[in-house]
Amino acid sequence: MDLLLASLQILWRWDVLLALLVGSIGGVIIGAIPGVGPAVAIAILLPATFSMDPIVGLTVLLGIYGSSMYGGAIPAILVNTPGTAVNALTTYEGYPMTQRGEARRALSLAYSASFFGGVFSVACLIALSPLLAKIAPMFGSREIFLAALLGIILVVIAHRGQTLIAAALACLGIFINTIGLEPIKYTKRYTFDQAWLAGGIDLIVVVLGLFALGQAFFLLVGRDKPVRLKAVSGSLFQGFRELFKHPRVAAISGSFGVVMGMIPGVGEFTAQFMAYTTAQKTSKTPEQFSNGSPEGLIASETANNAVPAAAMIPLLALGIPGEALTAMMLSVFYVHNVVPGPGLFQNQMDFVVALYIALLLLNVMVLLFLLGSTRHLVQLVRIPNRYMGVCILTLSFVGVYSLRNSIVDCAIAAVFGILGFILKRLSLPIVPIILGMVLGGIMEAKLRTSMNRVKDPLDFIDRPIAFILFCIILFVLALHAWRLRKERDAVS
Amino acid sequence: MLDRNTSETKADAGQAAFGLALLVIALVLLAFIGQETKWVERTKLFSQPTFWSALSLAGMALFGLLHFASLSRKSFQAGDQREVAIWLRSAEFAVWFMVYVFSVPLIGFLPCTLVFVVLLLWRCGYRDRRSMGLGAVFAVAVVVTFKGFLSVKIPGATLYEYLPGAVRSFFILNF
Repeated sequence: MDLLLASLQILWRWDVLLALLVGSIGGVIIGAIPGVGPAVAIAILLPATFSMDPIVGLTVLLGIYGSSMYGGAIPAILVNTPGTAVNALTTYEGYPMTQRGEARRALSLAYSASFFGGVFSVACLIALSPLLAKIAPMFGSREIFLAALLGIILVVIAHRGQTLIAAALACLGIFINTIGLEPIKYTKRYTFDQAWLAGGIDLIVVVLGLFALGQAFFLLVGRDKPVRLKAVSGSLFQGFRELFKHPRVAAISGSFGVVMGMIPGVGEFTAQFMAYTTAQKTSKTPEQFSNGSPEGLIASETANNAVPAAAMIPLLALGIPGEALTAMMLSVFYVHNVVPGPGLFQNQMDFVVALYIALLLLNVMVLLFLLGSTRHLVQLVRIPNRYMGVCILTLSFVGVYSLRNSIVDCAIAAVFGILGFILKRLSLPIVPIILGMVLGGIMEAKLRTSMNRVKDPLDFIDRPIAFILFCIILFVLALHAWRLRKERDAVS
Repeated sequence: MLDRNTSETKADAGQAAFGLALLVIALVLLAFIGQETKWVERTKLFSQPTFWSALSLAGMALFGLLHFASLSRKSFQAGDQREVAIWLRSAEFAVWFMVYVFSVPLIGFLPCTLVFVVLLLWRCGYRDRRSMGLGAVFAVAVVVTFKGFLSVKIPGATLYEYLPGAVRSFFILNF
């Protein structure tokens, strides 16, 4: 009870509540505009949050992260264009429903499923907290190294059909992180005697370049396309009634979201894909899937929205981000000298619980906002692509330049913007570069520390958690090799 | 249909060019490993400054090579040159961005943003009064929100120094 009161005290401030409101409404709006997405918005806002209190800055970013997928369902359902990339499966069921004249039903169901997913994952997070608080201190240097290694491996093999290029890009990320003065012997690495490279390449500059500038270039080089909108009228409350008719689909999809969100490198795509295929396999009407099935819509939206809260688990408990958005949040923690990891659960549990409550509140706020504003929000879809590109390019400047007022940072971001544009054009993954940068740094520091205490290689896995993580790595690699072989056999 | 999250390209065009570029960059950087990193005496392999640079570049070269080798023959024919030309078109907007970056410390955040947004909208074909007007409103809103309310660190411009006393301080602080 004391813990709850202390957490509420952290949240019960006008600036935190305002941040929550701005973050959650801003996230919905950003999600509803195809082409922006939470990664672009968080990257742009990141430097602005550095001057705020940690809880205020994190609440804004959490709000955007947690609510953008709600908004992303609107264009997915109405114009067959996912607002955020992870709303792609929603188009399969939502748009056919709109074509049948059931746009209101589809939107209402998507909101209810998203709300259920969000609340379900926060409930799981709260239930798991005591266990996490016990397990997290058992993670020393070698366990964190192995967990980060597992994260890199998972993010690579999660890109099925692009594993090799994802691995190459993850290595590129690790390499970028090594540029500059290394922290132990203070020798220069790949600076080519250039003073501007001595400090290394900042993660935020790379993030802004790859996500924000890359997306701006992508939109500016592309073409505008006409949008035909269907009107939405009537109450949006009916979705909850329909959701309760499919409790099994909602619970299983929410569980997939929580489990996949907790595993570094996996995230929304795998969660929604597994939830969707499971719902289809276990449905009494599998033939309706891809033709406007309410079960498919519930599976996709519940799984998506269950991920953000769960993705905070490896970040808070181990200091290991599972994907690009939590990697950006990690930098907010570092700027404020709040070090996520085992110590956070031991020493600042009230801060952790405050974040959970903020996540819970944000789901309620978003739902209320959407129920009242959907009719107006749908108009955002009309903003032309290239117009949006101009806006993102302008906002990207604020993000990069306000970081250190450095023209060099802006030039580096522009170069990464072109790289991000090329990767988007080729449908190649961007996330391995970011996770390579973040997890590469963690792996380097932790391997150095842990190898000082290890006499022979087997000592490295002589602790229970390290041994389990090592076995998981072997299992994941073996499973991937088996899958590849099976696919090759199927082709031949 | 509007499609902003997925690429419009044929999947094969440009893959070979990108794979080759990645491989060449990795090999060139690997060639510099002796010059650009140090091997420290009496230090374990895992603690060597060169270890992670070498490991990552070797990984980049190996996986880049395997990726390049795995590309289908179609990848080497399907409009690579046209795709590379599209990549170069993004450089035009990078130049716009850098001109904006260089101008802000001289002319100021507000005037630069206004001019940048309106000119870029003009360049993109939005030449009607409504689009340009909305663009100008957006530019002012960005400046007021970020510099005025969120107080992000964007220093006052050289041009503001020529403004009279109180106006100068107001502009430096807010615009």
